[in-house]
Amino acid sequence: MIATIVRSNVSHRPVRTLLSTLLIGIAVTLILTLVGVSRGITEDNTSRNTGVGADIIVTAPNSSLLSFSGTAIPDKVPAKLASLPHVAVATGTVNSASLFDGVTGIDVPTFTAMSGGFVFESGHIFEQPDDIILDTYAAQQMKKRVGDKVNMLQKEWNVVGIFEPGKLAHAIAGMAVMQKLIGGTGNVSRVYIKADDPANIDTVVTELKAALPNYGITRMSDYTTLVNPNQIGPLRIFIRVVIGIAVIIGFAVTSLSMYMAILQRTREIGILKSLGGSRTFVMQLILAEAVILGVGGTVVGILLSFMTRWLLHTFVPASMPQAITPDWWWKAGLIALAGAMLGAIYPGFIAVRQDPIEALAYE
Amino acid sequence: MSSQGPAFARRSDSGADSSTDLIIETRNLGKIYRTGKVSVEALRGVNLSVKAGEFVSIVGPSGSGKSTLFHIIGGLTPPTSGSVRVGSFDLASLNDSGRTNMRAQAVSFVFQKFNLLPNLTARENIDLARYFGKNQQSEDSAEFAAILEKLGIANRLSHLPSELSGGEQQRVAIARALVNRPAILLADEPTGNLDSVNSDAVLEILRDLNDRTGQTILMITHNPEAAAYGHRIVQMRDGAIVETLRDSAS
Repeated sequence: MIATIVRSNVSHRPVRTLLSTLLIGIAVTLILTLVGVSRGITEDNTSRNTGVGADIIVTAPNSSLLSFSGTAIPDKVPAKLASLPHVAVATGTVNSASLFDGVTGIDVPTFTAMSGGFVFESGHIFEQPDDIILDTYAAQQMKKRVGDKVNMLQKEWNVVGIFEPGKLAHAIAGMAVMQKLIGGTGNVSRVYIKADDPANIDTVVTELKAALPNYGITRMSDYTTLVNPNQIGPLRIFIRVVIGIAVIIGFAVTSLSMYMAILQRTREIGILKSLGGSRTFVMQLILAEAVILGVGGTVVGILLSFMTRWLLHTFVPASMPQAITPDWWWKAGLIALAGAMLGAIYPGFIAVRQDPIEALAYE
Repeated sequence: MSSQGPAFARRSDSGADSSTDLIIETRNLGKIYRTGKVSVEALRGVNLSVKAGEFVSIVGPSGSGKSTLFHIIGGLTPPTSGSVRVGSFDLASLNDSGRTNMRAQAVSFVFQKFNLLPNLTARENIDLARYFGKNQQSEDSAEFAAILEKLGIANRLSHLPSELSGGEQQRVAIARALVNRPAILLADEPTGNLDSVNSDAVLEILRDLNDRTGQTILMITHNPEAAAYGHRIVQMRDGAIVETLRDSAS
């Protein structure tokens, strides 16, 4: 009987139901989008780093894998490391960037030897100090083509090539100009190492640890684990804050919606009570409707998260890659349900306390 | 409205002849409503006895206390003083939960404004009362089917209240009130929102129910012609019963 009444209430007030569902859905979308963006950014970063083709990453002493800028490794180090046994290639990079954006300087011969080089959609590798190449995402986001000028790091660059994404960075320039630009002449930010055989990676790691005692030596296979939103303190806190806001939104939306519903149904609640409907029954009705709105909102929120992904991919594909996170669907759903149930408790409490005589007299 | 009700004789008491088979009994019933610092004495020592199978009409001007008496007997509000017994329930000792249980099992209402849930069909409205009354019968019994036929709504049960006329809605409300075979049917101005044809039909149905099944009915009305359908007319004024008119044939 509860199902019958809830179904009829939901279906006979479609505008209120749709608005409530949509608003709860927006809270769910907020969670899924921000979790998706956090994950998307780190996955994109990981993908571009693994796209380099290296087996090991060397970072400066006291430097984090998540520190994408700074130059603290002498630029002679890559060449020395390349001479170690079982090291096939070593290449240094200079990063100006944050986690989200920026320009990376490379040494073209060693980088090409390691990664196989860039696949250009148009144009070619940089040849002059002011040349820069962009991947297709960055070019789309900044609306640049070969031959255009682009201002990055407070410098005007000539776009000379557009390459397929997935290798190191969205914007790449020559190492020397980057060292000069960020005041890191003679140094690099990190060194990528490729072993001559995957079976020798552990041996190379041991060699590197011996040769560079205080440096960070990370297998690429460990990189994915180490660089994810849960390992990044600020992102983790950010996600929790967003979830908190989403719960508050879900709570407020449901509370307002159910409060309005109860005002609209004051007389109906009086009828239910006059027929012998208990307080528990009335509260069950309110909570059941909140669950329906919460579940509906979750579905809407999941669908909307695909829309936000499309929007971000269309307008800011390089800066805000959003991952779809099915493992978060049920979590976001539970959060929405919790918010909806919490939001329904107070209106429900008002409903069960309503005097049946006053409720029946309500016009 | 027809005026075919029976003739009435004046009585000095306000109750039934004896305490046997009493289904409603109030003694010195008082009710005071308090709103802020203002107190309103709605009932002042009401004594009323109703036998099982009686059809009693309660009449009186607005503010006379008839609705309050009705609400107390129906368990919608507790009395402030005095005692009320409805069937086996001592209402003065019941809490809200107990009164809810009493409403579900022993008492049914028919209201002036029908009070059907607008989003449920006629059948679902009836089923709702069945559900609250813990009536296990999922299908209409032959007896209830006959009542539906008598009420003329057997083929209107799949309609929403908004798709029914006022008379049909009130007949659905009567069917809902009867589905659990309540000890008492409380009708509050059941013809107040109906035209004369539908009013006559509803009153005839109530009287017929009372005659054929012995259903106890307590009906509030402003209308003397409607009141005449009862076996007894209880006149209220200023929160007290002032006069009882008895059907001379009963």
